[in-house]
Amino acid sequence: MSSQLNAVAEQINGIILGKAHQIRLAIACLLARGHLLIEDVPGVGKTTLAHAIATSLGLRFQRIQFTSDLLPADILGISVYNRDTGGFEFHPGPVFTNVVLADEVNRATPRAQSALLEAMEENQVTIEGETRQLPVPFFVIATQNPSYQIGTFPLPESQLDRFLMRIELGYPDAEAERALLNGDNRRDMLQRLQPRLDAGGLAALQLEVQQVHASAALLDYLQALVNTTRRSPAFAHGLSPRASLALLQGARAWAYMDDRRHVLPEDIQAVLPAVVAHRLSPASETAGTSGTALATQLLEEVAIP
Amino acid sequence: MKRLPTALNSHPLVSREIHWLTAAFLFAAAPHLLRMPLWISGLVAGIAAMRLLQLRLRFALPRKWLLALVAVAAAGGILLQYRTLFGRDAGVSMLVIMLALKLLETHTRRDGMLLGFLGCFLLVTNFLHSQTIPTALYMLICAWFLLATLIGLQYTGTWPGWRHQIQRAGVLMVQAVPLMAVLFLLFPRVQGPLWGLPQDAYAGLTGLSDNMSPGSLNNLILSYDVAFRAEFKDGRTPEAKDLYWRGPVLWDYDGRTWTAPRLTQSTEDLPAGGDLEYTVTLEPHNKRWLFALEFPGQKPPRAIATRDMQLLSFTPVRSRLRYEMTSAIGAAYGADDDRMVLARSLRLPADSNPRAAAFAAELRNRHREDRDLVSAVLTLFRNENFVYTLTPPLLGQHPVDEFLFDTRRGFCEHYASAFTVLMRAAGIPARVVTGYQGGEVNPVGGYILVRQADAHAWVEVWLENAGWVRVDPTAAVSPARVERGIASALPRSDPLPMFVRGDFAMLQRMRLTWDSITYSWNQWVLGYNPERQRRFLSHLGFSEAGWQTLSVVLVVFAGMAVLIGAGLALRDLRGVRRDPAKLAYDRFCRKLSRRGVPRGAAEGPRVFASRAARQRPDLAAAINDITTLYVGLRYAGDSGTAEALQQLERRIRAFKP
Repeated sequence: MSSQLNAVAEQINGIILGKAHQIRLAIACLLARGHLLIEDVPGVGKTTLAHAIATSLGLRFQRIQFTSDLLPADILGISVYNRDTGGFEFHPGPVFTNVVLADEVNRATPRAQSALLEAMEENQVTIEGETRQLPVPFFVIATQNPSYQIGTFPLPESQLDRFLMRIELGYPDAEAERALLNGDNRRDMLQRLQPRLDAGGLAALQLEVQQVHASAALLDYLQALVNTTRRSPAFAHGLSPRASLALLQGARAWAYMDDRRHVLPEDIQAVLPAVVAHRLSPASETAGTSGTALATQLLEEVAIP
Repeated sequence: MKRLPTALNSHPLVSREIHWLTAAFLFAAAPHLLRMPLWISGLVAGIAAMRLLQLRLRFALPRKWLLALVAVAAAGGILLQYRTLFGRDAGVSMLVIMLALKLLETHTRRDGMLLGFLGCFLLVTNFLHSQTIPTALYMLICAWFLLATLIGLQYTGTWPGWRHQIQRAGVLMVQAVPLMAVLFLLFPRVQGPLWGLPQDAYAGLTGLSDNMSPGSLNNLILSYDVAFRAEFKDGRTPEAKDLYWRGPVLWDYDGRTWTAPRLTQSTEDLPAGGDLEYTVTLEPHNKRWLFALEFPGQKPPRAIATRDMQLLSFTPVRSRLRYEMTSAIGAAYGADDDRMVLARSLRLPADSNPRAAAFAAELRNRHREDRDLVSAVLTLFRNENFVYTLTPPLLGQHPVDEFLFDTRRGFCEHYASAFTVLMRAAGIPARVVTGYQGGEVNPVGGYILVRQADAHAWVEVWLENAGWVRVDPTAAVSPARVERGIASALPRSDPLPMFVRGDFAMLQRMRLTWDSITYSWNQWVLGYNPERQRRFLSHLGFSEAGWQTLSVVLVVFAGMAVLIGAGLALRDLRGVRRDPAKLAYDRFCRKLSRRGVPRGAAEGPRVFASRAARQRPDLAAAINDITTLYVGLRYAGDSGTAEALQQLERRIRAFKP
């Protein structure tokens, strides 16, 4: 990993304790120019992670708390009549920034969700007939409560597909939790965070990630994985080409963070659960297998050609 | 099958493709060009050179009418040369010239394909001349080259290089091997060659003939060609002095030339006690004689035995013939031959060889007993100053007289002829027998090799109560000829084919090895005849297979062969073609697996390497090196060089867990 990325990772590891793998995945996701979904029960540090990432990368950061009464205008911005000029003046919403933290995205109505999702796909928003470009880079880090919790509007599959990765933080282990309890207040620590990178530096790294070599043999493996989800009866539906691209991009970023300029099957295996788990669902509802279990099963089943 | 769009068919050929076509054509025609009259070879080479020159200088090629004129002129020339337009030599010449002319009007891809296919046809005609292993190898290389040329015509975009072309053609040929094997084994065989060879194909064959005059055997002796090979059952090779391979029996003498009678009576009454079993593989000699040791105890199929113990095939032997034989060595026969037969073997032309006749009369006076007379003449040959040589002086009007009393230098035919004349003049029935004597035992192949150089002539005399008895006057003059072969009997100054003397032990050995390979080739490839095919099929469980069964079996097996080939080819298309690096890595994994460290199918190379290194710390360095090389080759794509691959394969070979 480049020294800058190392510094970023170390700094975040200092705040979110014992979650090095997830943090690495989150950084890889951003390096691969993808949006990140963090799913877990409240209070495990989702928001803190998003905040720490944005600050460490030296990016502008806005947070939107999604609630059931959130309106699209609250995300995108609104035109307000200005009495002095006698015209409408656009007040950009929180989406006009580098990193948007969409907190508890599944608590909002589908209408509000879709306002954000357009921005994610197009890197632009259309407000009152006018298209406005979003800043570069533009990331959405969304957090979501597990759908079984009360008051949630689960994201439809088509919208889940737009997140390159979904990670779960999970409870910290006892050692990490003890360190947390002994340590400083997290909010204070967030305040003291120093940017280790800037937008330009990140863009350069992203460009290098694009150059990471993926050999024919590796693509064979990737396609074998994807084809299995499309053919095997265990899956309700197969992975989309967008998922294939996401897998490759994620693996490239992962390889890059391992200081390699070529992708190995191990890179694919490392990122695959995060990339495909939220896109997969079991064929039969009663099976009760989660996307994560399916992803693990997939990795075990498909031989590396 | 979809036809190529016209646009592609009329796609003009580029220089490279014409170079290939010209080279492939010359390559395929080369053996013919070396055999043909100089004017044809020159014409063909000139036309090819003109085509190549045209590519460089871009002058206009001759018009169609001019080409037609040249073709007609060439046909006229061939007619003058061979007196026919058909037959092997004339036909092939015509084909070669026509193809060369076609080269001059080859402009489009369609023309190129046509020329390529005709080149394949030309290639086959080489087998009309020779079917030896070197020829077959050469034809194989030519076919490869032609195929590569045809493949070269198929590129529409950029040319991927000659290596690719050659490689592709090689792969195609390998894929065709199963089909080839099936067709070879199962395609219904016909007796003799698949197509009747034109008459002139047998012109150059050497062998014994039905007549003998002084000097006629000498030409044969100088020939290194194989006459036949014989394999004795259980390795029971008889002694050299018993190896008299009987051929034409010559009865009639005109004072100079001995000839075999046109008509011979056949017999079923062959000597009993033929317990020496062997197999003869006879080279084609375009005559009817089948050779067997004296005396044959049975007759081969499609042949007759004559009363004078010759074996005659129904038809001239024009392809290699294999037959089982038994012989009874030293058997007696013909004791009850009637006076008519004996009268013919007493006949001498009037007023020829008077001195011999006088000498015979004198001998008759001295020896009343026939046997005594025979031994007297043999003693004469043995004790007087007779010389056995391949280069005797020329003989005049009375050859036997001159030989017996003046020159006394002669070859087996001189001795046989003189001896027979003396016997007849003395009133003892006698005749000349020609054939082969001896042969070279090939320890590599376990058979006896008889060459034209082993040709020999000896005598049979008829004695009361004994019948026909073999007498070899040459053996009296030069016992070595019979006991140790012709090379040791002749003075060293006499010319003999190379190797016959066996001067170089090393070369001798190589030569024998090569001959036994040739023998196997003849036995198993060229000699795969209906008989052998039937035997092979009955091994497969199809006994008494008619052509219908054979066709079904052929179609089924050919279908299977094609399916296998197609399966391999389609596997290729799916892109699962095995990367050599991956194949090597699989070997590495198998080695580790045998030592209890199996790799999971879904285990990445680096993960596996670190696990294996933990389990076998002693091998950690080697495992890591190999994995790094493999990962570099298979996934990094930057070190995909031949050296890296070689290094990987070397390391894996050396890897001994």
